[in-house]
Amino acid sequence: MRYAMAIDTKKCVGCSDCVVACQTENKVPIGYCRDWVTESVHGTYPQLEIELRTERCNHCDDAPCVRCCPTGASHIVEGGIVLVEEFECIGCGACIESCPYDARFSHPEGYVDKCTFCMHRVNRGQQPACVSVCPTKCMYFGDLDDPRSEVSQLLKTRKYKALAPEAGTKPQIFYLM
Amino acid sequence: MGTTRRQFIKISALGLGGATVAASSYGLGDSFLSVFDPVDKSHLVNANFKRYPTYCEVCFWKCAGWTYVDEDGEITKLIGNDNDPHCYGRLCPRGTGGVGMYQDEDRLKTPLIRTGEGDQQTFREATWEEAFDLIASKMKSVKENYGAETFALLKHGSSGKQFEHLFQAYGSDTVGEPAYAQCRGPRETGFALTFGSWVGSPEPTDIRDCKCMVLIGSHLGENMHNSQVQEMSDAIDKGISIITVDPRFSTVASKSKYWMPIKPSTDIALLLAWMNVIINEELYDKKYVEKYTYGLDELRKHVQQYTPEWAYGVTTLKPDLIRKTAREMAQAAPSVIIHPGRHVTWYGDDTQRERAMAILNALLGSWGRRGGFYFKEKLKLPKYPLPKYEHPKWTWKDLGSKYPLAQMGLTNEIINSSLPEYDGDYPVKAWFVSGTNLVAAIPNKAEIERAIDNLEFMVVVDTMPMDITGYADVVLPECTYLERYDDIRSATNREPSIALRMPAVPPKYNSKPSWWMAKQIGERLGLQEYFPYEDYAEVLDWQLKEIGSSLEEMKKIGVKNFPRKGRSLYLAEDEDYTFPTPSGKIELFSTRLEQLGFDPMPKYTAHPEPDQNFYRLIYGRAPMHTFSRTANNPNLVDLMPENTCWINPKVAKQWEIEPGEEIFLKNQIGKVSQFPIKVRVTERIRWDSIYMVHGFGHQEKALKNTFGKGVSDTEMISEVMIDPIMGGTGMRGNFVTFIKKENLTAEI
Repeated sequence: MRYAMAIDTKKCVGCSDCVVACQTENKVPIGYCRDWVTESVHGTYPQLEIELRTERCNHCDDAPCVRCCPTGASHIVEGGIVLVEEFECIGCGACIESCPYDARFSHPEGYVDKCTFCMHRVNRGQQPACVSVCPTKCMYFGDLDDPRSEVSQLLKTRKYKALAPEAGTKPQIFYLM
Repeated sequence: MGTTRRQFIKISALGLGGATVAASSYGLGDSFLSVFDPVDKSHLVNANFKRYPTYCEVCFWKCAGWTYVDEDGEITKLIGNDNDPHCYGRLCPRGTGGVGMYQDEDRLKTPLIRTGEGDQQTFREATWEEAFDLIASKMKSVKENYGAETFALLKHGSSGKQFEHLFQAYGSDTVGEPAYAQCRGPRETGFALTFGSWVGSPEPTDIRDCKCMVLIGSHLGENMHNSQVQEMSDAIDKGISIITVDPRFSTVASKSKYWMPIKPSTDIALLLAWMNVIINEELYDKKYVEKYTYGLDELRKHVQQYTPEWAYGVTTLKPDLIRKTAREMAQAAPSVIIHPGRHVTWYGDDTQRERAMAILNALLGSWGRRGGFYFKEKLKLPKYPLPKYEHPKWTWKDLGSKYPLAQMGLTNEIINSSLPEYDGDYPVKAWFVSGTNLVAAIPNKAEIERAIDNLEFMVVVDTMPMDITGYADVVLPECTYLERYDDIRSATNREPSIALRMPAVPPKYNSKPSWWMAKQIGERLGLQEYFPYEDYAEVLDWQLKEIGSSLEEMKKIGVKNFPRKGRSLYLAEDEDYTFPTPSGKIELFSTRLEQLGFDPMPKYTAHPEPDQNFYRLIYGRAPMHTFSRTANNPNLVDLMPENTCWINPKVAKQWEIEPGEEIFLKNQIGKVSQFPIKVRVTERIRWDSIYMVHGFGHQEKALKNTFGKGVSDTEMISEVMIDPIMGGTGMRGNFVTFIKKENLTAEI
């Protein structure tokens, strides 16, 4: 089992519904977020391109946040999901510093928080909240170890990239181009 | 403004509501707290939610969904209803964030009554009884002194319906909403003149099977018209070619095969040139045009002058591109959509531009065809048995009769009729405003303020202390859509569909639903026979049982779809069909317009252009906000806390304006923006224009999350070009220049 996400930049309109759905599903306090949307513009008028991306924790195979955690609060569970056990987290912030994706933040309750791939939903057979709400259906979630899964198929047939591959963390969020 | 009698009152002066903690920007990089206070996350896994059906009121799309309430009775989340054709189970960011409308601590909490005189005016908190007694006594005296017709209702959204019922029972059909004259009016009139029926909402665009969609200034995806965005995304998977005409590189322009960066205000020239190519190259649907349309010969003659070469000089779009895109459309026909757009009050010849779009659709044979426009159908709900309304001496129709093809009440004419100098036959003496922030929706605030100052009485109903509430004599706090019953949503779709909205929780604070307010006021006016129910649920249950459902059933399913009873979705091959127009055909040449003395076929008219150092003001939507109403929503405010002024890098360089710099704007008559606006230096906007998202620059301090953030585009609009056909207010003929912050005092 290897959970991953494929996100189709050709369809995303950058509406940020994924952000709001994550916040209400996971009770993320107002003013914080576990996922976010970026826009990059290339070219000069009128020869232009825009890339819109919904970003979050990349649930890396070789996760520096897990390696640097002094208490073991940051850990990896079944399916490669990177989690923080908030009871064990002392809020030192080493993991925040180590993440090449800026995907972690200090929760006002004193621990570090981040995307969980909505594990509580996935375990019940549901899609992560961001995926299930997206009005453009640009996000696909599934098991890369299953060659028939939608994510496996998409990565086989479409051009894609991951972010900051040079960090060498083996990220598991892929952007279809 | 120097108001004497009706001074604008900032509701915040009352100190209503608790202090809110200012939301920080996103937590990335925030300093962390060392308090160890683990939080129990069991609610995520073991949550014992109850869910209640609703349909969304954050915008007008009215997506049906479920309100989830946890064990503590708190609304936690909103999820779309899978069976709903407006959202297919996926709410948009505003719908998902609708929970913030309920939780907003700045909500109106109790009725307010204006008190004091001159400079000493303020609101005092009142009981519902006091507020209703006052409203009823004023409604009686206005009726006795001037006639009930002089009491106007200005409304938007579901609660407007309840007050429309109250007003018709009272004797007034003087009603208007910005949704017509400030928004989609021209397209309704333009398409009705051509096809005999207006477009309506949701638009019957068959995007899921469309092969080529043409968007003229319509920024689908930034306007989150939910099911349309979803269908567009599906169509992208299937290889749709999108042609976007926009001076701005909109989000959808970036998904388009062709982006046509047109010079603003010249869209009709492009549309005419496309017709020229499609007719002269014989690319039109010959069978369809011959069988169903009227006036091809006249149109052929008319468009000969509008060659792509001519259009190049007007639009700055190359003739080759105009020809290529015309052929692209024709190749996809009839599965092609020239999208009517939604907010289309731009230059005062908007009905004619919409006519041109309708004609192009007709030439390509897309009306009534798969992948074009389908024939919509809705379920007609039986009317709850109530006495007939009395006939008013005059109505919105008379008041707007200067514009012969106005199909709804004109807000701008209601304002004119309220001015002190008005000496016509349809004077307006009092306003009842429900769910619409007029000063942010209608330009020329000074005129609105003069009209308001001349009123005998004004009531505002809203959930939030919007800018308009400060002008009211009585403010009534409405509960949000998550806390109330409203009418059954029955909208036009591919298949008739109904949806229920019911309260998931009791109303917060001392807020109440509009049906209850209307009934209370009605009873005080002796109109109790029009309100023979204790709870609006009784009305809904009666209606639902008449159509073979029930309130009980709808509480469980939320949405019910019915099989079509009318004609099929599309025209059959060679089907005989009479269009509801004077000629029974699709009118390429409009006999009705000719009779009324207007151009029977659209012409290009040049519009004023900016002077040196001025830039055309273009405004639009963002997917996370609706009008000005969501700017304070705690769940949405961080996604876009303020609007920015988009400036092309060349222009920014010339002005030595830095990205993120705060500047003031000044328009062509010297009007300076009340607040500064941050600059976004971006290639996405033409050098002759600036762009901003509508709905910011709030002046009401009680909106703590949004007060003073950004600039109101409406505030910068002084030049309004009225559409002579239907009375719409064209708002794209305004030009602004920049004032650096340090030069502000010298400039004003």
